[in-house]
Amino acid sequence: MAKYLLLKHYRGAPEAVNCVPMEKWTPEEISAHITYMNDFAARLETTGEYVDGQALAPEGTWVRFDGEGRPPVTDGPFAETKDLIAGWMVIDVDSYDRAVELAGELSAAPGAGGQPIHEWLELRPFLSETPNADADCH
Amino acid sequence: MDDLLLRSLIPGVLGILVRRGADFAAAEDAVQDALVEAIRVWPADPPRDPKGWLVTSAWRKFLDATRADTARRRREGLADEEPAPGPVSGVDDTLQLYFRCAHPSLTPGSAVALTLRAVGGLTTRQIAEAYLVPEATMAQRISRAKRTVSGVRFDQPGDVRTVLRVLYLVFNEGYSGDVDLAAEAIRLTRQLAAAVDHPEVAGLLALMLLHHARREARIGADGSLVPLAEQDRGRWDTAMIAAGVRILQAALARDRLGEFQAQAAIAALHADARTVAETDWVQIVEWYDELAKLTDSPIVLLNRAVAVGEADGARSGLAALAALDETLPRYAAVAAHLHERDGDLATAARWYAEAARKASNIAERDHLTRQAARLNSRGGQPPGA
Repeated sequence: MAKYLLLKHYRGAPEAVNCVPMEKWTPEEISAHITYMNDFAARLETTGEYVDGQALAPEGTWVRFDGEGRPPVTDGPFAETKDLIAGWMVIDVDSYDRAVELAGELSAAPGAGGQPIHEWLELRPFLSETPNADADCH
Repeated sequence: MDDLLLRSLIPGVLGILVRRGADFAAAEDAVQDALVEAIRVWPADPPRDPKGWLVTSAWRKFLDATRADTARRRREGLADEEPAPGPVSGVDDTLQLYFRCAHPSLTPGSAVALTLRAVGGLTTRQIAEAYLVPEATMAQRISRAKRTVSGVRFDQPGDVRTVLRVLYLVFNEGYSGDVDLAAEAIRLTRQLAAAVDHPEVAGLLALMLLHHARREARIGADGSLVPLAEQDRGRWDTAMIAAGVRILQAALARDRLGEFQAQAAIAALHADARTVAETDWVQIVEWYDELAKLTDSPIVLLNRAVAVGEADGARSGLAALAALDETLPRYAAVAAHLHERDGDLATAARWYAEAARKASNIAERDHLTRQAARLNSRGGQPPGA
């Protein structure tokens, strides 16, 4: 089993195919989208592949150490950044292929016009695997 | 065994141990140990005096734990001098405990956790689940809080308003684990109301009951937020509303108004209306004026602007809003609502989208996004119109 992080971006990802801001959808389209996401997570819980999922607020702050005895420096909101994470889901799956399959499924969540958004999701493996025992044998 | 009964005995037992000279943190551990034993032993051998049993058992646990200390001789001397445990009026001890757990030296988050553990008798695991954090994280937070208030002396009564604020925080946490924190807050506030005669304690209890009575109607079948105006009023708990109103009236009759009583009065006026149209907005504005005199919270003025919009028309509401700071939480949502009522749907849609971006939880964000979408996609027809 391997853990993967699925990252959803507010900004920074390549543009989705069906790219319409959510407030321009109809309320029914928004409900359909939310239902799809919830059902997806619920289904992964039943298959034992769901680990965690969280949504993030669009605001963030850069913070940096500024020397002993001084308060950390903050650089206000992420004005300059190219990338903004909207939320994540952690899955625990058998293979990379399964992780790609699930990410693809999540990207098919319905958006404006009831059509899939085709948004880009970032898939990142966790560096938590113990080294494979056979690797040493060769 | 009645878990609630067991938990209701905890503050009294803990208070007695602390009064006998036990360090707060050690006493709290000892009481938790005694509870575990009670759960094990009581089903087969129920005690005649549960509280006495817990005091004796916890005191023994406390002595066991401290016996190895350098303070052994002193602790044992303390135990010898102490009269045998018997029925004790726990009122003052319980109050002391509430004040200790809400001590101003604690951050609100720590005060809430400590109150749930020491006064509410919840286990660390239950509190951790309710806050969606690992048990070890919550255990550390509680230990730190216990250490912070361990040396605090209580020779003068604490500020009851601090305690009420902590209880209100607990109430607003809702529930996510197997413990309903809102129900827990109501139970603790009832207990406090029995121990202290203060109209604001009654005011907070009334406020909680009046909010809690509407909880079923507040969330839709799909988990979405249902605003007050669209709630199915048939699903409100009328018995709980009646209880809240009764408690509020008795408190108001004492003529010592405070902010919780005023907030409860507003909640009661909403609860009293069988339909949205029957809501007595004029009286609600009057209560907001009272509330504004009692607190300097700008949130009160924001809510007042909504009420003014209903009582005197959207233009008056917008005028009241204009005097407030745009960076206030929920300012955008209120602006959106008032502009919509004023018929300026494009401006309203923009404010709803802005409010959605600033929402602090998902249910609220989804709700506000839907509001923006409704105005953008249907030419602004309200649902059902």
